[in-house]
Formats: sequence, C-alpha cells, structure tokens
Amino acid sequence: MQPKTHTNLDPTFRWLTLASGLGVVLLVAGILYTLVIGAMPALKHFGFGFLVSQSWDPAFMEFGALSSVYGTLISTAIGMLIAVPLSLVIALFLVELAPPAVSRLAGGAIELLAAIPSIIYGMWGLFVFAPFLADHVQPRLAELIPGFPLFEGPPMGIGMLSAGIILALMVLPFITSVTRDVFQMVPAVVKESAYGMGSTTWEVTRKVTIPYGIQGVVGACFLGLGRAIGETMAVTFVIGNRHEISASLFAAGNSIASTLANEFTEASDELYLGALIELGLVLFGVTLLLQLVARWWLRRTARKMGAVR
Amino acid sequence: MKKKITALFRTILVTLAALLLCGSPVLAAATINGAGATFPYPVYGQWAWLYNKETGVKLNYQSIGSGGGIKQIQAKTVDFGASDAPLKAEELNQSGLMQFPMIMGGVVPVVNLPGIAAGKLKLSGTVLADIFLGKINKWNDAAIAKENPGLALPDTAITVVYRADGSGTTWIFTNYLSKVSKVWQDSIGNAKAVKWPAGVGGKGNEGVAAYVQRIKGSIGYVEYAYALQNKLTYSLLQNRAGKYVAPTSATFQAAAANADWAKAEGFYLVLTDQPGDESWPITGASFILVYKEQASSATAKEVLSFFDWCYRKGGGTAQKLDYVPMPEKVVSLVEKAWAEQIKAEGKPVWP
Repeated sequence: MQPKTHTNLDPTFRWLTLASGLGVVLLVAGILYTLVIGAMPALKHFGFGFLVSQSWDPAFMEFGALSSVYGTLISTAIGMLIAVPLSLVIALFLVELAPPAVSRLAGGAIELLAAIPSIIYGMWGLFVFAPFLADHVQPRLAELIPGFPLFEGPPMGIGMLSAGIILALMVLPFITSVTRDVFQMVPAVVKESAYGMGSTTWEVTRKVTIPYGIQGVVGACFLGLGRAIGETMAVTFVIGNRHEISASLFAAGNSIASTLANEFTEASDELYLGALIELGLVLFGVTLLLQLVARWWLRRTARKMGAVR
Repeated sequence: MKKKITALFRTILVTLAALLLCGSPVLAAATINGAGATFPYPVYGQWAWLYNKETGVKLNYQSIGSGGGIKQIQAKTVDFGASDAPLKAEELNQSGLMQFPMIMGGVVPVVNLPGIAAGKLKLSGTVLADIFLGKINKWNDAAIAKENPGLALPDTAITVVYRADGSGTTWIFTNYLSKVSKVWQDSIGNAKAVKWPAGVGGKGNEGVAAYVQRIKGSIGYVEYAYALQNKLTYSLLQNRAGKYVAPTSATFQAAAANADWAKAEGFYLVLTDQPGDESWPITGASFILVYKEQASSATAKEVLSFFDWCYRKGGGTAQKLDYVPMPEKVVSLVEKAWAEQIKAEGKPVWP
C-alpha cells in the first residue's frame, strides 16, 4: 500500500513545484513584456538618450531618466550605509550579549517596526523627522565641515539625506530579523570551542559567528536593498521631488519610484505615459543588475570565507 | 418526499430567476458611474450622498485623476468623466464628447513670512511669475518692495514650493503664469506638471502646505479650500483690471460671471486672468465629460438629472466645503447645450 501512494504522490508533487516555479518565471516575463509594450512610444522617440538625459519637461514632452536613476541609487546607498552596520550590531547584541528577556522584547519590537505601512514612515518623516533634521542636525553638519559640498544649501529637512535616513529606518527591521535568525543558527559547539580556546566575545563574533553566517547576512542585506530601491510613498514625501542632480545631500532630488507615484495619475499623453513606463522598465533593469552583482559577490565571499573557516 | 424537495427547489430557482430578471435593469439604471479628477471629489461625494438620500439613485465616483477619467470615458466604462483641465473643441469632436463646467475653485499663493499677516502682501502677475522663474530670489527685492510700500520685507531668500504630482491645480496655476509672462510661456509652459526652474516639490496640497509651513521665506500655491482650512498666509493678487483682490468665494464667482461663456466653443474656457474689478485672477472650473450620442435615453436622463440637481440644490453644500458653485447664467447656458447636443436614438434627452 505504502509504495503505491509514494508513486502517486511523487509526480503530482513534482508537477506542482514545477508549475509554481515556472509560474514565477512567466510572471516576470509578463511584467517585462507589458513594460516594453507600454514604454514603446518613449523607447522609439527618445532611444538611448532617455538614459543619459537629465531633462524632465512634461509641458514640452522632453523626458530623461538620469536624475531619477541617480536619486534612486543615492538614496538607497545612504539607506544601506546606515542600515547594514546598525542591523549587524543589533543582531549581534540580541544573539550574543542581551539577556534572554531583553532579547525577546527587543526582537518583538523590531518585528513590529517591519509591519508599519510605508505611508506612515512618510508622514512621520515629513511632519516630525524633517523639522527635527532641519533645526538640529543639518545646521550642525554644515557647521562641522564648512564648505563641504555634500552638506551645502539651506537646511530644509527634506531632500536626499532625509530620504536615505527614512529608508534606513524602513529596511533596518528586515535586515536585523533575518540576520538575527542566521546568527542564532551558528552551532553552539563551534562557538563554545572557540571560547574554550580562550577567545574573547569579540573574537568569537568576528572570527566564528560572522563568517559562519555571512551568506545569510548578505542575503538579508539584498532583501533590504530590494525593498529600499523600490520604496515609493515614504520617499516621495521627504525627497523634495526635484528632477535635478545636485551634489549636496541637503538638496531636493527624486527617485524612479517617487516620480511614478507623483505623475502617473495625471499623465494622459501617450508619450508622457510611455516615458513613465520606461522609467519602470529602467527600475526593473537596475534591480536585475543588482541581483546579478549580488549573486556574483555572494559566491565570491562564500569561497573566501570558506577558506577562513 | 424527494418530489417535494425537487418542487421546492424549482420554486426557489424560478423566484430567483424572476428576481434577477426584473431586478437587474432597475439596478443598472439606478447607479451612475463616473471617474476622474480628484480636486472636486469631496463635493461630488457629498452631493452623491445627499442625492441618494433624496432619490435613491446611487453615484459611484472614482477619483483616479483627470487623465484616468478621460481614458475611462473614452473606453466607455463609465457614464461620465471628470477633468480639471478642459478639453479643446477638436479633441471633444474627435471622440464625440461634450463637456460642461460643474464646480469652481481657485488657486492661492501662500507664503511663510514671519511678521506678515494673511492678505497683507501684494503681488502682481509678473512678479509672481518672476518669483517662480527664480529671477526674483530675495523677499526685499525692489520689484516686490515697489508693490508693498510700508511693509517690512525681510532680507531672506525665497524658496519656491510647487506641486510635485501632476495636478489640475498646477495646470491652472501655470496657465495663469503663461498668460501674464511671456518668458514663462516660452520656457516653462502650461501643463499638469512642468519643469520648475527653482524650488522643491511637495506631494499634494498637504505636501505643499507642509513645506511652506516648514521653510521660512517660502512661497507656494494651493487650492483655495486648502488655504482656508489650514489658515495659511495668502497674498493678494493684482487682476487684469489692475486691482489687488483677496481670494474669496465672491472674487471667484466674479471671475466666472465676467467670463464670456457664450462664445467659448465646447465650454473651453479657462477662468484665469479674466476681466472685471472683482475677479480673482487664478480661478478654475472642473469639467464633466459625457457622450453626445447616448446608448440609453434612460441612463442619460438619470445622469443629467443628477447634474441638474447639483446645479440647483448643491450650491450650499459646495460652499460649505469651500468650493464655488457655477453662476446662474452659466448653468442655463449649460442646460441649453444639453438640450441641443445630447441625443439618444436620434432624439434629444433633456429636458
């Protein structure tokens, strides 16, 4: 009786998983196809120039993606620069150092942060965080390094820096909770043997826990990156929405997602709509590129860390 | 026993079918579907609710934006579309649509200048355009000072705040700036979103208001209702007659009443920079789009009756929400156009 069920279930299971796997591929292909079709008017009209032009002028129908792509990359970079180290430290504290009660409480709080809708982050950013930044942080930064091009311009509280910090807050819970789980999976035996050889907590962390979990940590970071790069509402509220590239982080900028959120509803002209959809296509490309880089990097670090271990 | 159950089952089925058959046409006629502009959504929503209480007719309005509204009516998925910017006569003819103005609002410049109260600052159209062009970038600039003798203007930089999202508000505002400034018309133009030469962009009226309240020395533009409800510091504007006027319900009405609607083909009329001593220069109407050739006379009548009710009985509600109802004169012109242009099976639908 038993072997028969097995033979019946196995093919079914295989088909089910195959169909689900192919479904995802099909879905992505479908999205790509729709984007290309929708972007056709703009693709034909602007050609490659779309990617390198900074002009965005709906009144005279001139569109270029450069400032949006730049803003997306810079705001994401600021967000990741803040979120990744902070998440690592929090995760290590929760796993290695915190008393169990604190660890449970803080862990719960972090997971709760992940559940806050992005519009709330945006509103909070606009009404609470931006004023604070403008009154207390930005003037000090400008005083600290006078004439530093990154911190130039009036302290408005909105702009690239604020968008980056809000993004950091938003991806922090994702990276932290995955990283914490990864660190928790490091076998106690391995750690204890390191302690047994007289290692300090710092040495165990640096030479055992982190190398052991590095693949998971990198995976967590890319999960956060994926969220940051496409984040829409929160960024739109605080980035300042200006189609321009400026060196200063205090200046207003825009991102691909914020441009789409702002302009999609009222774009009635075919070329305008096409340009917006092409922006979506560009975001698709940027995300894909980052994925590939991530894979390659993951494989490389795994090899290197493997040698250490 | 089995027979009895079958019989019972059959009765239920027949009753259900009968209900469905006679129920569906009634339901279809009693629901009006519309989609479009977000700016008039609060007042359309309120009207729909009151109209439903009075007549039982339901209105389903999706505020998806003017662009979406035009698309939906062209795809014939809704009974009417709504747009903040009027369509040109040839665009209307191309798709067999007619349009009429439904409700008005105005756009108001708002400033953040500590020590200067609402309605104290006076601006002319050209100065306003030069500020938004970034040509005038200090509040104590000679051009502003000339118009405001006796007002202590600070030596602060001007930060321009604009709407980052595509909007009818921006369309009306840039339409006005194009009319008063040649430079604006040639370099920036009139659209729902433009390439702003200076400043920062907030999302929605609330975004602009928040930025203006945050940034000292800033100037932005919001819908009248929004400026009023949030007690923002508005400025006076010089109209075509050379008079400085404040944004009020009366000055918007004056702009609409002084406009020459009778000569405007397809009601294509933008209420910016209208003549008259009392006219607020940045006034705008929100428009409704319907097909001239209607498939069903009953549905068409249902739709027009609703708008007729809004014109006649909706004024008070509109004013309570800080919108401005259309003047009598315009309403009778609109209803005359209905009678002449809207037909079902070759016969006029209205009245």
